[in-house]
Amino acid sequence: MLDKLKIPERNYLNNGHGLASWLLTKDHKRIAIMYLISITVMFFLGGLFAVGIRLELATPAGDFVQADTYNKFFTAHGVIMVFFFLIPSIPAVLGNFLIPPMIGAKDLAFPRINLLSLYIYWIGGIFTLYAMLAGGVDTGWTFYTPYSATGSNSNVVPVALGVFIAGFSSILTGLNFIVTIHRMRAPGMTWFRLPLFVWAHYATSLVQVLGTPVIAITIVMLGVERGLGFGIFDPARGGDPVLFQHLFWFYSHPAVYIMILPALGVMSELISTFTKKTIFGYSFVAFSSLAIAVFGFIVWAHHMFTSGISTYAAMVFSFLSFSVAIPSAVKVFNWTATLYKGAISFETPMLYAYGFMGLFLIGGLTGLFLATLGLDIHLHDTYFVVAHFHYIMVGGAIMGYMGGLHFWWPKLTGRMYSEFFSRISAILVFVGFNLTFFPQFVVGYLGMPRRYHSYPDEFQVLNVLSSAGASVLGLGYFLPVIYLLWSLKKGAIAGPNPWGASGLEWQMQSPPLTENFVEVPIVTHDAYEYEHVVAKEKHLV
Amino acid sequence: MSGHVSPVSLYITIFMALMVLTAATVGAAFVDLGQFNFAVAMIIASFKATLVIWYFMHVKYASKLTKLTVATGLFFLAILLGLFLVDYGSKALTQMPPFLS
Amino acid sequence: MSNAAAHADDRGHAHAHHPALQHHFDTMAQQKEAAVVGMWVFLLTEILFFGGLFAAYMVYRIWYFDAFAEASRSLSLFWGGLNTAVLIFSSLTMAMAVRSAQTNKRSATVNWLILTMILGTVFLGVKVIEYADKFEHHHVPGYNFEWAHEAPAAEGEHAIAPAAEGAATEGHRQLSLSPAQLQLTTQIYFSLYFTMTGLHALHMIIGIGIMLVITRMAYKGKFDEEYYTPVEMAGLYWHFVDIVWIFLFPLLYLVERHV
Repeated sequence: MLDKLKIPERNYLNNGHGLASWLLTKDHKRIAIMYLISITVMFFLGGLFAVGIRLELATPAGDFVQADTYNKFFTAHGVIMVFFFLIPSIPAVLGNFLIPPMIGAKDLAFPRINLLSLYIYWIGGIFTLYAMLAGGVDTGWTFYTPYSATGSNSNVVPVALGVFIAGFSSILTGLNFIVTIHRMRAPGMTWFRLPLFVWAHYATSLVQVLGTPVIAITIVMLGVERGLGFGIFDPARGGDPVLFQHLFWFYSHPAVYIMILPALGVMSELISTFTKKTIFGYSFVAFSSLAIAVFGFIVWAHHMFTSGISTYAAMVFSFLSFSVAIPSAVKVFNWTATLYKGAISFETPMLYAYGFMGLFLIGGLTGLFLATLGLDIHLHDTYFVVAHFHYIMVGGAIMGYMGGLHFWWPKLTGRMYSEFFSRISAILVFVGFNLTFFPQFVVGYLGMPRRYHSYPDEFQVLNVLSSAGASVLGLGYFLPVIYLLWSLKKGAIAGPNPWGASGLEWQMQSPPLTENFVEVPIVTHDAYEYEHVVAKEKHLV
Repeated sequence: MSGHVSPVSLYITIFMALMVLTAATVGAAFVDLGQFNFAVAMIIASFKATLVIWYFMHVKYASKLTKLTVATGLFFLAILLGLFLVDYGSKALTQMPPFLS
Repeated sequence: MSNAAAHADDRGHAHAHHPALQHHFDTMAQQKEAAVVGMWVFLLTEILFFGGLFAAYMVYRIWYFDAFAEASRSLSLFWGGLNTAVLIFSSLTMAMAVRSAQTNKRSATVNWLILTMILGTVFLGVKVIEYADKFEHHHVPGYNFEWAHEAPAAEGEHAIAPAAEGAATEGHRQLSLSPAQLQLTTQIYFSLYFTMTGLHALHMIIGIGIMLVITRMAYKGKFDEEYYTPVEMAGLYWHFVDIVWIFLFPLLYLVERHV
């Protein structure tokens, strides 16, 4: 059967050749591919700085780089990974590519704004990279005042400006998704027939649109204080540095949900497809995405328990932080219930999904430790925090991204990758990840603070384990570059629906037409109904 | 398909109302109302903003989705300001910043 | 559910394509509705953008109320009030411009837009006068800030804000802050003043830029009663900028005027 398949003669990849046909395209799929390339570059750049960090921490003494250089390493790692990889990763690549076909639309509502958001992302990236080349920045990705406003001698303004600009890219993507999901659905595609991937992206877009402007204005205030000498946050001039933290975390805590919510959406697609079951409690999973988005905005001050906020406020925020666990747990429970008695299989995307579920669970539960007022006093600014958010961002968001990329790769390119190597890579990522970050829970609990380039000798064993794990993890991430590129030329032809999945996007050819569908699809059944899929496949044979 | 066209007289009325309210807000500022000066100023400003949103920006005639969008913005603005007050309001129970006390 | 049904219904009515209909939309109604919602979502981000500033303002106003009241009295109520009136009037002319576009009156649309731009420019001109005054009175943080600056006693030097200078020195009011504290905390007020009004002015400049483009399009006859979305979007933006000023005016100029 497979060898009879051919790459369709007309598809979005060969509709126009040359650089201009890409740079001036309004096709959401081509924009997604350009995002894919951009964020991959950023990912490995950010990874390079992580290599520097782990090399330094392999020995207790500060012998690889100066303390100052080390500060610039972790700042660069954080800024690049957060603002230029994680936030755009799933929405701008997979969301951009898949939301229109999933709802049966020809394109996003505003194709030109979509292209604009890519250019804005590039401009923001250029500012940030310029600052890195010009000597870097040493404030940490959080830009805490007063150090960032009056103390630091490094390139705070260009990096902050880069983040500010990239924020607009994020806003425009979110805006586009919201309008698209509201206004571009195909006939019969009601809200409760939407794939959960789309629900998750709708919730993500809300956070992008509501949160990002606050970091923008915060950066503006930081900029006028640093650049023009205004007094806003500087305590020496009567300002309140804690105000900066409030404003910063009003965005940056919800930003965590910009990273994880799309991954949660990917998970729902993967788990349903590879168990061939409808998602248990569809509407609960759908609304839990919205709940996470809204709750995300009322918990931010749990980052500031030791920063001098009022005790009463700390109690309120601690309590509210626990509430986020409810919708998150709803998702994990419902996925587990979906797995129960499902026709479970072990293709690469599903391996990532299993990894995700375990790691997200650990990341989420350790988050509750940190939301506990008393315990946070001990754990704050230790490696426990570092381990916690890497479990969410790497173990959660990046596992979700990798799972989704492997799942939809045949749709993006029309070809399959090597199943053998991709499984190896998934296992390497899982093992390497745990080896890297689990020891950090321990070393953090024992009291090792974050952001120092040297540490007492007794922490060395755990740190060496961590550095060793990072090498395994790096290999796990590098392997896909090779076999995915290889698959572009040599991979087996995938056909329209290699996984037997139920979504509308799998009814398109692979790779899809520029206009996605030959004729506008009319939706007649709910998401995740596999009877129809099976019938169609039989018909094909 | 040209949407709702409001009569010119409505626009003039709204404009006059906004001008009167502006005068009212200035006038109220010169009366000592104690704690309520701020409340009065904000209520008048909110009322003016509502007039602009409702009539000049055609939200009165817009879809439910547009109305929902406006409401969402105000809701999250309230979260932002409200939870700031949770911290700064209860901080005031303790003390002023050291250099002022 | 009703959404999708309405959508399907729109499809039935599809007639000859309007030249402004983009390929991925089915009808002009769908395209217009998408634009309106998109614009409102954008304004939503603007609400939160200024919301961050208002939050900072709120915190410092609570902390340093007396300083804010003192500093606020140094602003000219005349210029502030005049600008408020100008901006509200420009909102009216903008609403009229949109109305003219809706009813397909080309030259009226162009004229109302030009009038709106003129009013916007007047607002910015007044803002320049006010800013110049701040520079003169050493009220610019980071540049020459000195709260109780004694201006050289030249004739007419204090003409613009005599009340303010008076209140600070006459001392008929018991202030909770020492002169040194006033120097620090009024500086925070003026930092916020310049950030808020500066960003507002920037939005106005962008608005005038948008209107230049729209006016040109209107002049060339790009709009009719079925397609006037750009005029309407520019209108929404302009009204939003007006609303921001409606709040900025009492917050900055009228902190405490009754003493």
